[in-house]
Amino acid sequence: MTIGDNPSKPLDISKIRAKLDGSKGPQYWKSLEEVAGSEEVQAFLEDEFPNRAPDWLDPVSRRTAFKVMAASLALAGVSACTKQPKELIVPYVRQPEDFLPGKPLFYATAMPMFGGAIGLLAESHLGRPTKIEGNPDHPGSLGATDHFAQASVLDLWDPDRSQTVTRYGDISNWVNFVAALSSARDVLALKNGEGLRILTETVNSPTVADLFKTIKENLPAVKWHVWEPAARNTVTRGAQLAFGRAVEPVYHFENADVIVSLDSDFFSHGPGHVRYARDWADQRRIRTNITHSPQPKQDRQEGYQAGPAAPLRNQAATHSEEDKSPSPHPAQVQAEGKPLSEADQNRMYVFENAPSITGGLADHRFIVKASQVGQIAQSLAAALGVAGVQAAQTGTPADAAIAMVAKDLQAHKGRCLVIAGDFQPPEVHALAHTMNQALGNAGKTVAYIESLDANPVDQVESLKELVGDMNGGKVDTLLILGGNPVYTVPADLDFAGAMKKVKLRMHLGAYDDETSLLCHWHVPEAHYLETWNDARGYDGTVTIMQPLIDPLYDGKTVAEVLTIVAGKPDQSAHELVKGYWQGRHNDDADFTPFWQTSLHDGIVKGTASTPVDLSAKAPGSIPPPVQGFEVVFRPDSSVWDGRFANNGWLQEMPKTITTLTWDNTVWVSPRTAEKLGVGNEDVVEIKASGRSVKGAIWVVPGHADESATIQLGYGRSRGGRLASGIGYNANAIRTSNALWVIGADLRKTGDSWRLASVQHTQTMEEREPIRIATLAEYKKNPMFVNESEPVVPQYLTLYPDYKYEGYKWGMSIDLDTCTGCGTCVIACQAENNIAVVGKIEVRKGRHMHWIRVDRYFHGNLDDPELYFQPVPCMMCENAPCELVCPVAATVHSGEGLNQMVYNRCVGTRYCSNNCPYKVRRFNFLLYSDWYTQSLYGVRNPDVTVRSRGVMEKCSYCVQRINSAKIEAEREERRVRDGEITPACAQACPTQAIVFGDINDPKSRVAQLKAQPRKYGLLQELSTRPRTSYLGRLTNPNSEIEKG
Amino acid sequence: MAEFEEPEVLIKAAEKAYDAGYRKMDAYAPMPVDGLSHAIGDRKNYVSLMVLIGGLCGAAGGFGLLWWITCIAYAHNVAGRPFNSWPAYIPITFECTVLIASLTAVFGMFAMNRLPQPYHPVFNVPEFERASIDRFFLCIEADDPQFDAQQTRAFLEELDPLQVSDVEK
Amino acid sequence: MKIEEQEHVLPPPVDPGPDKVIGPGHDFVTVTEEISNVVLQPLKKTPKEWFGAFVVAFVVMQLLFISATWLFYKGVGVWGIMIPVAWGFAIVNFVWWIGIGHAGTLISAILLLLKQDWRTSINRFSEAMTLFAVACAGMFPVLHTGRPWLAYWLLPYPSSMWLWPQPRSPLIWDVFAVSTYATVSLLFWYVGLVPDLATMRDKAKTQWQKVIFGMLCLGWRGSARHWSRYQMAYLLLGGLATPLVVSVHTVVSFDFAISIVPGWHTTIFPPYFVAGAIYSGFAMVLSLAIPARKWFNLEDLITKRHLECCAKLMLGTGLIVAYGYSMEAFISWYSGDIYERFMYWNRITGPYGVCYALLITCNIALPQLLWIRKLRLNVKFLFFMSLVVNCGMWLERFVIVIVSLHRDFLPSSWGIYIPTKWDWATLAGTVGFFLTMMLLFMRTLPAISIFEVREVLHHLEKEESPGLEVVS
Repeated sequence: MTIGDNPSKPLDISKIRAKLDGSKGPQYWKSLEEVAGSEEVQAFLEDEFPNRAPDWLDPVSRRTAFKVMAASLALAGVSACTKQPKELIVPYVRQPEDFLPGKPLFYATAMPMFGGAIGLLAESHLGRPTKIEGNPDHPGSLGATDHFAQASVLDLWDPDRSQTVTRYGDISNWVNFVAALSSARDVLALKNGEGLRILTETVNSPTVADLFKTIKENLPAVKWHVWEPAARNTVTRGAQLAFGRAVEPVYHFENADVIVSLDSDFFSHGPGHVRYARDWADQRRIRTNITHSPQPKQDRQEGYQAGPAAPLRNQAATHSEEDKSPSPHPAQVQAEGKPLSEADQNRMYVFENAPSITGGLADHRFIVKASQVGQIAQSLAAALGVAGVQAAQTGTPADAAIAMVAKDLQAHKGRCLVIAGDFQPPEVHALAHTMNQALGNAGKTVAYIESLDANPVDQVESLKELVGDMNGGKVDTLLILGGNPVYTVPADLDFAGAMKKVKLRMHLGAYDDETSLLCHWHVPEAHYLETWNDARGYDGTVTIMQPLIDPLYDGKTVAEVLTIVAGKPDQSAHELVKGYWQGRHNDDADFTPFWQTSLHDGIVKGTASTPVDLSAKAPGSIPPPVQGFEVVFRPDSSVWDGRFANNGWLQEMPKTITTLTWDNTVWVSPRTAEKLGVGNEDVVEIKASGRSVKGAIWVVPGHADESATIQLGYGRSRGGRLASGIGYNANAIRTSNALWVIGADLRKTGDSWRLASVQHTQTMEEREPIRIATLAEYKKNPMFVNESEPVVPQYLTLYPDYKYEGYKWGMSIDLDTCTGCGTCVIACQAENNIAVVGKIEVRKGRHMHWIRVDRYFHGNLDDPELYFQPVPCMMCENAPCELVCPVAATVHSGEGLNQMVYNRCVGTRYCSNNCPYKVRRFNFLLYSDWYTQSLYGVRNPDVTVRSRGVMEKCSYCVQRINSAKIEAEREERRVRDGEITPACAQACPTQAIVFGDINDPKSRVAQLKAQPRKYGLLQELSTRPRTSYLGRLTNPNSEIEKG
Repeated sequence: MAEFEEPEVLIKAAEKAYDAGYRKMDAYAPMPVDGLSHAIGDRKNYVSLMVLIGGLCGAAGGFGLLWWITCIAYAHNVAGRPFNSWPAYIPITFECTVLIASLTAVFGMFAMNRLPQPYHPVFNVPEFERASIDRFFLCIEADDPQFDAQQTRAFLEELDPLQVSDVEK
Repeated sequence: MKIEEQEHVLPPPVDPGPDKVIGPGHDFVTVTEEISNVVLQPLKKTPKEWFGAFVVAFVVMQLLFISATWLFYKGVGVWGIMIPVAWGFAIVNFVWWIGIGHAGTLISAILLLLKQDWRTSINRFSEAMTLFAVACAGMFPVLHTGRPWLAYWLLPYPSSMWLWPQPRSPLIWDVFAVSTYATVSLLFWYVGLVPDLATMRDKAKTQWQKVIFGMLCLGWRGSARHWSRYQMAYLLLGGLATPLVVSVHTVVSFDFAISIVPGWHTTIFPPYFVAGAIYSGFAMVLSLAIPARKWFNLEDLITKRHLECCAKLMLGTGLIVAYGYSMEAFISWYSGDIYERFMYWNRITGPYGVCYALLITCNIALPQLLWIRKLRLNVKFLFFMSLVVNCGMWLERFVIVIVSLHRDFLPSSWGIYIPTKWDWATLAGTVGFFLTMMLLFMRTLPAISIFEVREVLHHLEKEESPGLEVVS
């Protein structure tokens, strides 16, 4: 039962809150203890995580659930907590004295992920972290992020986070925990810490690494185990195999003309994937200097003045001295770029079993079973003349192509790249290393640096050892710092069972999850935005992570727990991190400036690792391919290994390949589905090595036959209201010796499981929302994009134009460099307070995303091409939506923005019907969460929170436009190009989205709109969209005919 | 007041009365009878003129309102259309025309008929109940210059009515 | 002498067949008697069928109130609407009801101008039908808005913020068209009633009836002067209502034709919407008239001639509608526009293909049976056919609204619309409301225009016995 069901309880809540309000500062702990004694609190604990499927539809049950949440917030005393941390933290762009209400501050920090870290700027509104941006100074980000980073801010405010230290499930506190841990430690210290085991996730924090060193010195017998379900273990193993050292390869796509991916999805994960995408795009991008004129000029009629809707003050600002020049129509802009003849771009070959976004961007995608990639690697290596490697046959069309691929690679020695997938066995990595060496790429397109991993052991072995010792009773105290091993450890090891044999089990984790349930002690882990830490980026660059807010629930870091183990006095994370870095400086004189600049820039200068020179040797053999049916494990693109399972934004983010939300599925090829006699939503049972799990089928064109891909991270039994009750647990059939691919049988069960996909039609239905040509065709006919849907000449329209004298905002989206990663979707959601509606509503087609990524399969069903198209509002100059709004709730601004006036909207939804792009979203019910207090924190104060019955849509981030305009106005100048970036454009790793003032001929967007590849979606409807696209190009190898 | 059985008879009677110089009189029928009003000397009918004026006002008002809203009071760039997109105003202008015209027709008609008027002397005649069913009446009013109780009664008797009765004020 | 004393027997209600509008043996008194009896007869004399029907209708009407309450509490999300199909049952029902209303005005106005004698007995309650149908229709635009409590923002009134509606939107045209239509229909209906109310006043047996009818008839006393002005006004109303009724459904069709949605953006819509409206309207007239004449023994006033005329009109308008469909299909092919072509192909073969097949069956195929005179004169068959056509016309709106929307331009945004139980409840509820109102009307007001029947009767007498002229 939840408290909400019982009318008497809410009174208790207020009682407690009253208690807490009375207490301040020093007595805080004391009073919390007192409170903790009372029964109400026990009640809260039982009900803290109502274990039920998400039911956002029904505000009533939601409200009841949130009463509980609100109560537990009161418990932690944060009902109004937006305190700045006590310690000095340094803002990125402005000094703290600039702290003005309404003016956000940006702090440089980093988010640890994929065993690396991505440098970020966190936006803080009056002490509330509300939005994540990339840190332009950080090599791993260059100002962009991935969707995980974008969504991570929601985790901070998640009402379901674990909120107090617990002992045997009862409320306790840090002091007691410290006492318990240190006494245990002291006992074990007599035996040099024998029997004390520490299990962490991949650690790359220098401070933590240093702490471990001290621990090793004091207690040599303490063992440090590492386990992360989707760690890049194979990468380090592969390096070990090839070089005898666990080095980390760093790729330089900016130098690569030919790229071969052996099942590597380097665009969507890995410590450097954001940077890699950027470098790749820079190589890919084509700018041609011929100008096309979308509209015959002579037919243009004399226009109207923009109406009173035009913001006159800003108009005035635009007519300042320096730019009196009449702003020409983009049609007259001379496009910058190379001459057509010199247009060139890189070429990518991808071998994979399931479509990935990397595969979607490939010029040649070869479908092979995941377990056959090894043989492909062998054949390729052999073809490249790597010593001691024999070609192997996979019996797929790929075999035939190997020779041509090899030829292409050899033609680009030193300017090509062979990449092995993170989830391919070490041997494949080793082969890739040898190939790169044979092609002379080492040092040019790939460099090897010391592993980022502070403890680069073989995680599987390390885990096996731990489990073995636990079963053998050799473990007295187990310290699980981060992670959720009970859920993530492969079934064959039965971690839970083994763990029960340990006398004292302690868990540091963000959620009260499967693991904490089985631990004697649980300590809430601090979110990276609320504590101090440090981490290494993909190239070794260190970022010192500074908090933007005091820990909401007094969370702790790994370092803070380890100090206890190290026998040091209890220190704050700040003291630890600062202490570590101070230790590496002689005196404050040079430390203080260092500290200041490092915090400010978000990088520690000169910490990028220097490449080492190594020579690779080919592995003796490679693991044989799975005979018969293979099942491939992959981390989920939204919830990864399950750590984001309670993040509504990520749960509702359509997975790029399937456009599914809220579930993981069993991907099979159309042929396989036919053979099994199943279709989408049919539940199959997967049997592997004696275990079995049931999951719903999703048929994925372009998937390998005899192969199924299943995703980790779902089927959680605990860990938040959203996490549990959806999907299935793939770990149930995962085994430690076959982490990523396993032979298995699929059987139709006859049941079905409803899935929520946001796109039901997979093909373009002989329409051409996306215009494609090969590079060769483009050179022949640069205007190819305007053939299927010609631009409507101006003289055909009845009315003359409006003239946009001041600014004329527009957007250009380059389909050639869009990877379809979906970061823009989450960035937009975070920036614009977009509601999460839940699975049931998504199934009905009521998801709220303002920008969506359309995904189309094209051509052959079994081996289709894959196209992505981000679709925000087109801001049509002749907006069909405006014409039909009866109350003028959507009108045009003097700068050509199609504005939505929420409080005027009565909700006839006519505008949505009349929008040919269907980018408008409607609040069919009360979707915005008006009840959960903690979620108020994440909201952007510059954007209205929409209510029920109101239409909403992309606004080009009008709040950003206006703040920039006000700034410019104050300085009596025009807004500079690039000064305004909508959330989607800012987050885009490849900068495929560009926004700016079309009236400024020098602006990037005007330049792009002058490109011959420019076209407007459905432009023949004469909606005259302000958002335009650049046609997609592919650069296939003429020698390989696509099957 | 004389009571008749057939409308034609009533008309003849009315005409006779008119020729006899009676002016202040009225005829009552359970249904419209062509030429009856003409017979009792009611020559003019202003209803149609009234309706025409109403209609014109409606049209002008309707279009004027829309023009004022979109060009002056609440001028916005809507879908790139000019402020005065007159083609879009035609339907509403038409509706306003009809609305105002109809209202004038109905209420104007009642007003001219001095309705509602729950009491009227003729109701005092018991037979008059059938004026709304199957009987036709001719009533010469007392304030007619020629009116004289006896003569008028005698005159009415000549018109072979079913019966003649006096109307109490 | 007084009528009450006089003993007179009503002629038996025999249907004089397809060429007479009034049964034999009627004079002014008897028609008055027969019609006013329906209202003035004591409650216990009311036919049982009436009570049965009323109870059923009243219960069904409650569905409307329940579902509306739930809707206001939760939001329009309780319906099946979504993106891309943001308009669902609400609009379908709106168009359907408005259409049904049209026959009433058509009969009373257009036939008045055309001087059709068979109009008289059915015009009164078809006008009432119009009123209640428009009332049902009028509910939906309000119910379907996301924030119904703000629906009044569609009206041009001087708000404190000085905000005004956006008159380029067909929805604003709707507001004016529908409200004008409702007002004019009401006036027309009431003006027609006034003389009969006077009759009722004079025939009323109890004091309170006399008082009520006396008030309602505004003291009408049938003065010649009044009659002449009255007739002029009534004629002009007819003249005004005729273009109005055409304009209303034209404007409704603009809701679709003005938009750019394939399947909506069609110039043929106005004419064939109007035809369709009259089509469904006459169907509804039949569905109501046939039981009514039976229960209240009015077969001699609502004769086979009336029914057959309605049937013929159904057949005619049905053919116009058929032409509309075929034109739609032809143009969507002839335009060569891939969206248009796909739209029509999708109508026939898409997920909602069944609806289209049913629609063609109900609206085009079956009504062709009306060519057969025998069937036209078969009351039961007419009743059945009228129901078929009503369903057919509802389906037509469903196909136009939903099937066009669910697959428009970008395949990525296509979706499937599934009505919820609340959609159905609301539809049923309005039907209940409509029937309840009709039943109450028939029982409490003269459902047939008495004075006009008198007129007709008089004309007929003249034709039959010219001797009358001689007498005078």
